[in-house]
Amino acid sequence: MSSLLPFATRAFAQANAHVSTTDPLIVSFTKGASVMPGRVRLDLPKLADSGFSVPMTVSVDSPMTAGDHVKTILIVADKNPQRDVCWFYLGSRAGKAEVSSRIRLNGTQRVVAVAQLSDGTFWSDARDIEVREAACTEPG
Amino acid sequence: MAARIQLPAEARRGELIEVRLTIQHPMETGFRVDAYGTRVARNAIHSLVCRYNGVEVFRATLGTGIAANPYLRFFTRAVDSGELEVWWLDDDEVEASARATISVV
Repeated sequence: MSSLLPFATRAFAQANAHVSTTDPLIVSFTKGASVMPGRVRLDLPKLADSGFSVPMTVSVDSPMTAGDHVKTILIVADKNPQRDVCWFYLGSRAGKAEVSSRIRLNGTQRVVAVAQLSDGTFWSDARDIEVREAACTEPG
Repeated sequence: MAARIQLPAEARRGELIEVRLTIQHPMETGFRVDAYGTRVARNAIHSLVCRYNGVEVFRATLGTGIAANPYLRFFTRAVDSGELEVWWLDDDEVEASARATISVV
């Protein structure tokens, strides 16, 4: 039994570790396919003083050839009123699967990046970020 | 709408080129109220396309989650001398574009 233990405790990458399979936004993108953690890298600061403008970089480990490239990248911020922050559509002409922008974040939350590759597989990464002053805080 | 595209003026064929784009745009969320207490209507750039000599190389669907005066940085591979055109459309149906030229040696 003890010989089996290393296999049992090994940290296997769990499908859908960063996303919910019942989330309508995720389902509209993946059409029910499972999202594996890995290959995607989402770079966000650990702490943002202001949620009005947070630098964000997403990159995907892909050769970006005609036969093997990233098709779509989705950034999801669950606490934002509009949860899909942005969709990036790339192709083999992109050369490198890396996009940067500045995003708004409505409070401390987990931001998830989901990428769809040309072979139909989905990959994800998540980052927890602490936001001191949330965007959308103005009275209204 | 003022915008600026920055890319290298010259590149070798097949080289990766970094495109940086800033657009002057308020990206109104629709949740903000002005000094008179009236709600400011949502107005955000929702579609953006980058074409290299007429061929689409990058496309983005944005929303109110993008900070005011949107900044985007992406890559493409230098294939031929010519023009990069970025076109975008906002919620007020105002479209605009910015261009930059590159010479491939």
